[in-house]
Amino acid sequence: MTPLLQVQELRKHFQVSVPEGWRQRKANLRAVDGISFDLHAGQTLGLVGESGCGKTTTARLVLGLTEATHGQVLFNGQPVAAKRDATWRAQRQNMQMVYQNPLGALDRRLNVISQVQEPLLIHGLGDALSRTEQAQDLMVSMGLPKPLWHRYPHELSGGQRQRVVLARALILKPSLLVCDEPVSALDVSIQAQVINLLQDVQERMGVAYLFISHDLKVVRQVSDQVAVMYLGHIVEQAPPQQLFSEPLHPYSQALVSSVPSLWQRSNPKRHILQGDPPSPLSLQSGCVFQNRCPHAQAICREVPPRLTPLTSERQVACHLVSEQAVLPDAPLESLA
Amino acid sequence: MTELTIHQPHQSSPPVLVSLRGLTVSFGSGASRVQVLHGLDLDVHVGESLGLVGESGCGKSVTWLAALGLLGANAQVQGEFRLAGERFDGLSDKALSLIRGRRIAMIFQDPASALNPVHRIGQQLLEAVSLHKGLKGEAARAQAVRLLDQVHIPNARQRFDAYPHELSGGMNQRVMIAMALAGEPDLLIADEPTTALDATIQAQILDLLSEVRRDQGMAMVLISHDLSVIAQECSRVMVMYAGRAAETAATDNLFRTAKHPYTQGLLSCVPDVASPQKRLTAIPGQVPEAGRLPKGCSFEPRCAQSMAQCSGLVPMLSSVEPDHQVACFLATP
Repeated sequence: MTPLLQVQELRKHFQVSVPEGWRQRKANLRAVDGISFDLHAGQTLGLVGESGCGKTTTARLVLGLTEATHGQVLFNGQPVAAKRDATWRAQRQNMQMVYQNPLGALDRRLNVISQVQEPLLIHGLGDALSRTEQAQDLMVSMGLPKPLWHRYPHELSGGQRQRVVLARALILKPSLLVCDEPVSALDVSIQAQVINLLQDVQERMGVAYLFISHDLKVVRQVSDQVAVMYLGHIVEQAPPQQLFSEPLHPYSQALVSSVPSLWQRSNPKRHILQGDPPSPLSLQSGCVFQNRCPHAQAICREVPPRLTPLTSERQVACHLVSEQAVLPDAPLESLA
Repeated sequence: MTELTIHQPHQSSPPVLVSLRGLTVSFGSGASRVQVLHGLDLDVHVGESLGLVGESGCGKSVTWLAALGLLGANAQVQGEFRLAGERFDGLSDKALSLIRGRRIAMIFQDPASALNPVHRIGQQLLEAVSLHKGLKGEAARAQAVRLLDQVHIPNARQRFDAYPHELSGGMNQRVMIAMALAGEPDLLIADEPTTALDATIQAQILDLLSEVRRDQGMAMVLISHDLSVIAQECSRVMVMYAGRAAETAATDNLFRTAKHPYTQGLLSCVPDVASPQKRLTAIPGQVPEAGRLPKGCSFEPRCAQSMAQCSGLVPMLSSVEPDHQVACFLATP
């Protein structure tokens, strides 16, 4: 079965000006630097990483909102173009996006039901009556009862606004929904409501999610596969159970152990990374994680590791782990 | 590897450092008057770490802004506040400034906006050092560099001349902590100190906070919406809901035997990395608006276990066991 979404060797470099004394210097910012992944229909791929690691740029590339410097995105086997022509517009029907801040994503001067049916209008689907009916049905199923339909975004709570944004994205029955931090702006009790709703919608409509978040707890909850990003690279990809119980890449290990747990008061394996991620403007050769890696060796400073499959569903980009995979006798605990 | 949690014996609690009694805060006047805190009682003991948890708008930050007189003219604050037994409510701004920073210091969520962007961090730190310690010249500078060292800023001497925008978010938060430590306070209020930071940096800052707290023997109030952060750092927790305390207990106790339905809901609606993946149990509905609280218990409309009396009366915070108080009619000793 061909995957719904195939991302192949995707790169996005931005030309930026950096102040250098009194002058400006041109520099190449590698926001996304050669990532590949597949997403199957009805599945969820979680993309985690710290701010500036290229998560949102990846989302924009997948949707064809930004032109890639290199590589391509295939959606249903068709390349996604960044040029806004008829093909791009037709593809848009099947891929939609949900943003972090619902108030910023909604039009404040339009009542919410008009906003939910607007995508149908844009794509010229159905007549006015059927559009309204579809919007009403969908909104009810998303937990937005009749009294809320004709309200304006500022008259709704944060959770209700995010439901409106979701309904607007889903009314075209897309097969892919890119969610960029969809619950980060919500309070915890509302977060749980929206997460449950996202899971119900997936079950009902079979929509695939590319789920971007910095919150590992949320990503673990919703994903079938999790890709860990660091400075424009995917350093590890695995099913959440494996990634969270036994992270292999030193960065994943630090990331997983940095998540405080409610029930496990002091994490015995907790290790805290030193320093901050380096600027994506001044990357050295070799592994992107070398400066903060407690296990970095000579090879890490010279050769960039490639994302290598360990099992059918698990890939890691680390020289040390790949070596271990070849030599299964070597204890992995030496990394922990 | 450092020890992450410090547990104090609760039987022989250390003396109370700060006590707030009957704290009420409202904003506006006349018809547009909105009450956001409804008579909150709170004690912080010497050297303890207390977690304040709740959703946005529950009053966890306002509590301390009100106590320290930082709310501005639009707010009406009432209540009896004591610091080491001495009243400090209704003090003049001048008298309060002897408490702020020296006895009770505060750090905020977004370090970049709490620091002045046009002054070097060293300059800002010197200001705190000279204000609180009366040091000048070389002595002040040495003390400031020592503080930067204490919060583990590498190359403290060079960083002294950096501007806030030249440092990362985590580094800026370290500078804020150094400034808070300048007055050697007895109590540090950390208001969502790691919310704006990335996961690995959050772990660094939480580690630093528990380290400086241990070294200085100071008390800390950690305000957070994230129960798991509180679970890691605090020995006692107060859960707040809509301007009132819902439950307060020793952390271990609270997590083992949460009595208030809201606390139980909070604990089950957060996905947890150490437990098996299962569907989240969401709390239905939403937090009521501050001006439109229900007549009885403010959690009643969302509560699955509500009874007849819940809609008419506001439950008081009462003890169910030693060191565990709950504001719910269902909870019995």
